[in-house]
Amino acid sequence: MDRVSQSGPVVRPTYGSGPGSREPANLGDILERVLDRGVVIAGDIRVNLLDIELLTIKLRLLIASVDTARELGIDWWEHDPWLSGRDRELVEENRRLRRRLSAVEGHDAEGHGVQAHGVAGHAVEGRAGG
Amino acid sequence: MAEEGQGTYLYAVARDSFFECPPGVAGASVRAISRNGLVAYVSTVPLDQFGEEPLRRSLEDLDWLAETARAHHRVVDAVAAATTTAPVRLVTVYEDDGQVGDLLDRRGDDFLELLDQVTGRREWGVKAYATPATDPRAPDPTADGGHAGRQGAGDGPAGREGTGDRHAGRLGMGEGHAGRQATGEGHAGRPGPGDRQAGRPGTAYLQRRRASLRGREQARRQALRRADHIHQALCALAAAGCRHRTQDPRLSGRDDVMLLNGAYLVDEARDAEFAELAGTLGGDGVEIRMTGPWAPYSFTVLEAT
Repeated sequence: MDRVSQSGPVVRPTYGSGPGSREPANLGDILERVLDRGVVIAGDIRVNLLDIELLTIKLRLLIASVDTARELGIDWWEHDPWLSGRDRELVEENRRLRRRLSAVEGHDAEGHGVQAHGVAGHAVEGRAGG
Repeated sequence: MAEEGQGTYLYAVARDSFFECPPGVAGASVRAISRNGLVAYVSTVPLDQFGEEPLRRSLEDLDWLAETARAHHRVVDAVAAATTTAPVRLVTVYEDDGQVGDLLDRRGDDFLELLDQVTGRREWGVKAYATPATDPRAPDPTADGGHAGRQGAGDGPAGREGTGDRHAGRLGMGEGHAGRQATGEGHAGRPGPGDRQAGRPGTAYLQRRRASLRGREQARRQALRRADHIHQALCALAAAGCRHRTQDPRLSGRDDVMLLNGAYLVDEARDAEFAELAGTLGGDGVEIRMTGPWAPYSFTVLEAT
């Protein structure tokens, strides 16, 4: 019986780098697959993830901390007089979730939000090509 | 059979014998349930974590979700590295092993058919990013910073005009703030057709804005066509292809706007050819990045009851 290596990096090093430019899978890559794709089983299972769409949207917001967004130049909520009420709600929710996250992780508020989730190793990579 | 307070968590279904896996969700070990020439990869999980009510709460907890998704993926990935695999969606939890066995009995043919479709093939992710800094047709970043920031949030390819963009986003949002404009790349100080309108900054602004929106829309359409073209070219070589939602820059970890987030099922023998083709589709303002190989998540979509 074959044995599979114990550690499970997202990109198996054995495949190395091919001709194309590879990037490591980020949390979003994984989530869009494990949440949105694959075999969906209904019926006798205990949980029905009907709210998954909502969840992924929340996730996208949550991943962008206010600080990270600011670094990216996304600070429109501070100045845009036409900011819709809905946007304001989202921003507020984002802040709230971020506070919760910081509290949970004892995370320095000055740090990078994305990294705070342990996503950074995968999500952040060289931007030299940009 | 699971004891009281425990459930059976299903990761994936495969043929052949059982291959050892790294620990699964909640650190649980992974074992096999075999039936009908199929193997279900499962763990025993506590229902105080994986019951319906606890899950409703914990799925809203990003840390928990990320950790669980990675653990799930790790198992699927390991199985897929060893044998042809049909991944099952995250947190599929049964009352007990018996129910999983029933599933393999009831839907065995469907699983076998699904596995046939992905045998000898692997999934590759291909993302195309707009790198408009090198695109001479990209709209002038200082023309209408007002929306650059918003676009950066993910609603259009034209929002990221390179390094100036960050600045533009700030400036634009302060459109009414004369002080900001004066210290930045103030529009008023720039020579050009707008000068004529210096006395009517509102009109000038609207004109600039209109022109910019037109350019932006053009660039957006062009980018969409480009993404379609790349996707079609890759699909022609792949056994199957599909498009995921493009990722927000914050999620992708890149400032550049993602034009295409594709997944392609490729014959293993054509991996190199596929990667080479993907490489040739970049350039001219578009950067191509690959992820993978993945277990065939995107091509084992089956609704089983």
